[in-house]
Amino acid sequence: MTDTHKSGTAAVGEPVADARPPRAFLEVRDLKVHFPTEDGLVKSVDGLSFNLEKGKTLGIVGESGSGKSVTSLGIMGLHTVGQYGRRKAQLSGEIWLDGQELLSSDPDHVRKLRGREMAMIFQDPLSALHPYFTIGHQIVEAYRVHHDVDKKTAKKRAVELLDRVGIPQPDQRVNSYPHEFSGGMRQRAMIAMSLVNNPELLIADEPTTALDVTVQAQILDLIRDLQKEFGSAVIIITHDLGVVAELADDILVMYGGRCVEYGTAEQVFYEPEHPYTWGLLGSMPRIDREQTERLIPVKGSPPSLINVPDGCAFNPRCPYADVPKGNVTRTRRPELRDVGGGHRSACHMEKADRERIWNEEIAPKL
Amino acid sequence: MLTYLIRRLFAVAVMLVVVMLAVFGIFFLIPEWTGLDPATMFAGKQTDAQALEGIRQKLGLDDPILVQLFDFFRGILVGRDYSSAGDSYHCEAPCFGYSFKTEQAVWPILADRLPVTMGLAAGAVIIWLIIGLSAGVVSALRRGSFWDRAAMSMALSGVSLPIYFTGLLSLAIFSYGLGLVSNEYTPMEESFSLWFSGMILPWVTLAFLFGAMYARLTRATMLEVMGEDYIRTARAKGVREPVVIRKHAMRSTMTPIITLLGVDLGALMGGAILTETTFSLPGLGQAVLKAIGEKDLPLILGVTLITASAVVIANLIVDLLYGVIDPRVRLA
Repeated sequence: MTDTHKSGTAAVGEPVADARPPRAFLEVRDLKVHFPTEDGLVKSVDGLSFNLEKGKTLGIVGESGSGKSVTSLGIMGLHTVGQYGRRKAQLSGEIWLDGQELLSSDPDHVRKLRGREMAMIFQDPLSALHPYFTIGHQIVEAYRVHHDVDKKTAKKRAVELLDRVGIPQPDQRVNSYPHEFSGGMRQRAMIAMSLVNNPELLIADEPTTALDVTVQAQILDLIRDLQKEFGSAVIIITHDLGVVAELADDILVMYGGRCVEYGTAEQVFYEPEHPYTWGLLGSMPRIDREQTERLIPVKGSPPSLINVPDGCAFNPRCPYADVPKGNVTRTRRPELRDVGGGHRSACHMEKADRERIWNEEIAPKL
Repeated sequence: MLTYLIRRLFAVAVMLVVVMLAVFGIFFLIPEWTGLDPATMFAGKQTDAQALEGIRQKLGLDDPILVQLFDFFRGILVGRDYSSAGDSYHCEAPCFGYSFKTEQAVWPILADRLPVTMGLAAGAVIIWLIIGLSAGVVSALRRGSFWDRAAMSMALSGVSLPIYFTGLLSLAIFSYGLGLVSNEYTPMEESFSLWFSGMILPWVTLAFLFGAMYARLTRATMLEVMGEDYIRTARAKGVREPVVIRKHAMRSTMTPIITLLGVDLGALMGGAILTETTFSLPGLGQAVLKAIGEKDLPLILGVTLITASAVVIANLIVDLLYGVIDPRVRLA
């Protein structure tokens, strides 16, 4: 589990001196996605770096508007297609997938990678599937974009995958339309579509948010099983810590377009370092907690990505903003620092302060 | 699909009956309430009371209303006989009665004019769909570009300039000025090329107005569709952008356009009054304009029924097309 970090330690957070080839299967370095608007520059993602190996799962966690989905669309290269307007997304940084840098690649080359090397599962399968085409047609299309086969072969492949993701009578259901499927079935079909070309990287953007709670667990189990079977790298994007607890090897916590905490699932769940992560954990319902206790929400609302607060972006909502000496939390942006074992956190508090607050104030309440 | 079709056809039949009832109500009851006597209108004011009585008997105006209604329906469906003392004649189906002014049966008058109106509508619809759709799509995909601004400025002038302005202007330039096209209507049977030459300006003028509306609708719909999640999905699959636009986006964009097209085509069947008047086309529009001026009720009634039927039938076709395009409609 920790080899991910060992391999990429030097590359994360700080600029790399030499241009040595990246070692991780997916390596994102200092990714920035900015959108010019009339009100100013929206810095949806502002300097994000992480590594991911094949067979591993990275959970990206954060509130709405923290830049999670923008990150995933950035990796897929979906910010640059269909940008017909004058205001185009501005991307910078590096995205290395299997030894190729994507941001500087020819867009048509990236298009050919989309769906074959990297695939995506979207949040709402009803709106993500075209209402006018059958499920089978849409899967067949995904397959035939990248494989020069006739429709019959492709359809056989579609039936095979629908069967694999647990859709009953796949040879008949392949001719159904999305509206004839239930929510869970649609998401299964969506997963089948994303896996049809055996992608090495699978990005699941809130794959269970639009589903019933009872179906959520099934879909998560399915993603986990399929990952074992296909051996792909998986990025799972969610605001639900319960989802990443089940699936993720590593967790990246995003706030205001930046990474505030990054570590293995154990590190982030059992020794969280950042006050925002504490807040997330405190607001998560737990079965072993006393029922009379209230959930503790993170006060305030996410920052505007046009006017990100000076200093630490979390400082207006942070109960411990005054713990570090001076006015540092409001003037200087905290760097992502290693706090041991590849576990990184972007917080101005001294380690001693953090440990004291965690042990005395936070941990007992969780 | 078959049950859907049958249900729709049944709905159309009901709709047509309702339309006929409404038309009957308006045209047969209103004269009674307002004191306008159809017999006087039919015969002219100088007629003596005895002749009026004969006309009343002939038209069945003194019959109970239900009998009149029955005769009205029978006339449209199978034809009816008009008779008074010794004087009797048969009116072929569909019988809308006799023109007050010319005393000719209404249907043959309209049947003569219908091909003109249909030719006008058919040619115009082809032009406006081609222009409107392509301008709308290009504008949406190149939003904010020179082409978008140029096309939308054209569209704005298209919807704001009245037909009698653009029509007369085009006539002045292309027909009287440059002599490129004919300024008269020639029936297609006489000479196809003359017919075509005479129809070009009406087509383009009408298409300019409608094409402008369709361009705006297409642009707005296309912009909305391009933001849909399923478009993003298609791109995420690696589908080429031209295919994303042609296949995934255009199919959704067609739905509201077809809806509008059904209504517009149906309404045009009642005559594009301004266009026909501007270009002196002997179509339904001119006929109805004249009929309104002369309070020629049977003729107005005939055109109203034709227009209403055309709208209902056009909407049936639209609904069937919906079923083909959108699988969700087939179930509904």
